[in-house]
Amino acid sequence: MSTVTDHAVEIRDLQVTFATDGGDVRAVKGISLDVAPGEVLAIVGESGSGKTVTARSILGLLPETARLGGAVILNGTDVVGLSRERLRALRGPDAAMIFQEPMTALNPVYPVGWQIAEGLRAHGTVSKQEARARAIEILGKVGIPDPATRVDHYPHQFSGGQKQRIVIAQALALNPSVIIADEPTTALDVTVQAEILDLLRRARTEFGTAIVLITHNMGVVADLADRVAVMYRGDIVETAPVRDLFAAPQHEYTQRLLAAVPRLEVVDRAYTGDPEAAPVVEAAGLEIEYPGRFGRKPFRAVSGVDFTIRPGEVLGLVGESGSGKTTIGRAMAGLAPVTGGSLRVLGTEMNGRREREFRRTRRELGFVFQDPASSFNPMLTLGDAIAEPLIVHGEASSPADARDRVDELLEAVQLPKEFGDRFPHELSGGQRQRASLARALALNPKLLIADEPTSALDVSVQARVLELFQELQERFGFAALFITHDLAVVDLLAHRVVVLHRGEIAEQGPTAQVLGNPRDEYTRRLIASLPVPDPVAQAARREGR
Amino acid sequence: MSKPSIWTRLPIVHQYRQSVGLQRGMLTAGLVICAVFLLAALLAPIIAPYSYNQLSDGAGDTFTPRQAPSAEHIWGTTIAGYDVFSRVLWGSRTAFLVIVVSVLLSMFLGILLGLVSGYIGGWVDRVLVVIADAVYAFPSLLLAIVSAIIISRGQSDLWGGIFATAISITVVFIPQYFRVIRAETVRIKSEAFVEAAQVMGASTWRVMFRHVFRNATRTLPLVFTLNASEAILTLAGLGFLGFGIEPSAAAEWGYDLNRAIEDVTAGRWWTAVFPGVAIVLVVMGITLVGESLNDLADPRLRTRRRASAATPADAVAATTPAARNEIGETE
Repeated sequence: MSTVTDHAVEIRDLQVTFATDGGDVRAVKGISLDVAPGEVLAIVGESGSGKTVTARSILGLLPETARLGGAVILNGTDVVGLSRERLRALRGPDAAMIFQEPMTALNPVYPVGWQIAEGLRAHGTVSKQEARARAIEILGKVGIPDPATRVDHYPHQFSGGQKQRIVIAQALALNPSVIIADEPTTALDVTVQAEILDLLRRARTEFGTAIVLITHNMGVVADLADRVAVMYRGDIVETAPVRDLFAAPQHEYTQRLLAAVPRLEVVDRAYTGDPEAAPVVEAAGLEIEYPGRFGRKPFRAVSGVDFTIRPGEVLGLVGESGSGKTTIGRAMAGLAPVTGGSLRVLGTEMNGRREREFRRTRRELGFVFQDPASSFNPMLTLGDAIAEPLIVHGEASSPADARDRVDELLEAVQLPKEFGDRFPHELSGGQRQRASLARALALNPKLLIADEPTSALDVSVQARVLELFQELQERFGFAALFITHDLAVVDLLAHRVVVLHRGEIAEQGPTAQVLGNPRDEYTRRLIASLPVPDPVAQAARREGR
Repeated sequence: MSKPSIWTRLPIVHQYRQSVGLQRGMLTAGLVICAVFLLAALLAPIIAPYSYNQLSDGAGDTFTPRQAPSAEHIWGTTIAGYDVFSRVLWGSRTAFLVIVVSVLLSMFLGILLGLVSGYIGGWVDRVLVVIADAVYAFPSLLLAIVSAIIISRGQSDLWGGIFATAISITVVFIPQYFRVIRAETVRIKSEAFVEAAQVMGASTWRVMFRHVFRNATRTLPLVFTLNASEAILTLAGLGFLGFGIEPSAAAEWGYDLNRAIEDVTAGRWWTAVFPGVAIVLVVMGITLVGESLNDLADPRLRTRRRASAATPADAVAATTPAARNEIGETE
């Protein structure tokens, strides 16, 4: 096979094996791929499918325990088995990387201009002034306002989206022929995500850079990619141009993946309960402040929020990071203090509450946490963990005593009974989140608070958990506060939606009305920024924006 | 993958199987030294030819003091006429007892205080941290001397001496356990499963012991081994300075070293070298085990073998446990 090609990157029969405590794991099982100059190739797949490993092998950025086979040809050079020195020379001018977390990809003790110039000086004889001028120029190109001043600022003086712009500037500074973008927008809010995707698209047209985009978000794929490779358990199951893939997925796994993606369809889920019944939760002028550090003003996370949750109603609480949505959920569970206004939960006033009095109310309240990895005590079996609320509230004397009820609950969340004897680390994320639902429902609560329960899960797993949630809600009839940043998820579950913006309510109302016919400027922007998992529709939306 | 047997999950055995190369060599060396130390402590009455305070043989003939190593006294005799070999063997017994008592005491108190301080926080935490820091600020040997004087007026019999030494070491060590457990508690306190327990209304004690404590003990074996070696050094230091145990009550290496000072200048090397080497070896052995466990517990410090060129069948066998449907994920 000839190594001189017109591809920016060519991967031939790549195999990656990791040595782990549990034996060798074949992460990538002999895949072949190529990326043309100026092309955006998206690699999609679930976590653990080998997409990140594949992309990192292009830069030779794999840990020591990895063993590589096959060939990765970058501009005519095979990087597999290349020496450190030669690899270092390749990184930058030939290939660069954009990381998922812009907060950790920049060094906090150097000005951003210095960090961009560092790359320039490492690859060539550029004087300090030239490097600085080039840094200012590139910062301007990625849309940092007033680059000549901002070049001397430190990373903490920029917002999350701006930091990601700087990381992109750093990658573009050496004009690489290919950029590896590993989940570049996952840590960002939707409105910022839309801006970053625009910037990447511009980088491709202006600089002619090929982009290898790794993501699990099909909306991002539809927005940016030219071609898509779908990975499943270390193999590529399908490669197709983006429009063909979305229009007619060939492989069974791709079909399943696309079917699981939640879409914003604006279906009305009418509230069927008694509208006159006393509300389960009632917030009036709710204010939540976190005490400031010594001599600083306290930080106001939530101010002047009014809403109610009626019995059996699912309220979707939507907002970007820092909007105060999690704080409200935590305040309802007594995990954050209420500092002003009124918040009545199940008849108890949370402003100035006493834990001793609230403890009895707690049995009517369930909570599902965001991170399935840390929401179970690693030393307890699932059976013991699910029995905890029963024991705490005197419904059972020991885990063995509660076993029948635990089995029932496991069955309700569609987990086999044997899981009661397993430890949390033996379960996948989706299974743990289902067990978490079982624990929250153990005492048959009147109110369930779910804080981003699916944001850490893969789409196909998320779809199943959401389906389960909906089914359980209909069966047990509990009221729920569903906190999420994903509008499509709210659309699926909620009767009513509250949109939060900087601690205040931007808009609230029935789901269909808020999502279908938003009146507030911010809500409209939020919905417009959400990439639609359909390349044709997304292109049209982009034009219209 | 089959379930690992109980044997391979035991603390040290598990780590031993995990180790490779130089790390395994260090762990092996440390384990061998510790095993020899434990055997000596256990079998001292059987191995040692004489008792620790014996000055004459069975026939009533007094030992000649300052005798060079010979067939009768293989490591010679001390200035007071004790048999050096026997004293060194019996000394391991004293050292072992002091380690066990001091570490148990400091562990128990340190863990309890650390847990309360870290979980409850507020002014309790602030006061306890200040006290712990103050204890830290003292030279530990000075503190041990002061406590030894307070507890036993400096000199005493075997158990009195052991407890006096152990308690004075405890005072020095409590802050270490306190700090480690407090730091872990503060970290674990913010984990979702602790909040989950709070939300369901579990009592403070239940959360503290059932959820926090059981997850905070991970680093204890490391602190334990590192402290054990420090305990020996403190014991030897106390003995050397004359605050240890009477020679007629028990053998103690630090005391023997003290008595050997004038022998060194007179060229009688055997009285100092053997107890000294015993101290160095035991401290080194325990430290080697502690450091190896520390490195093995941290995936970033653990050296792993590179993936071997396995046959396709091996590779398939190795990848199967990762398959989702095997662990019950329903599609």
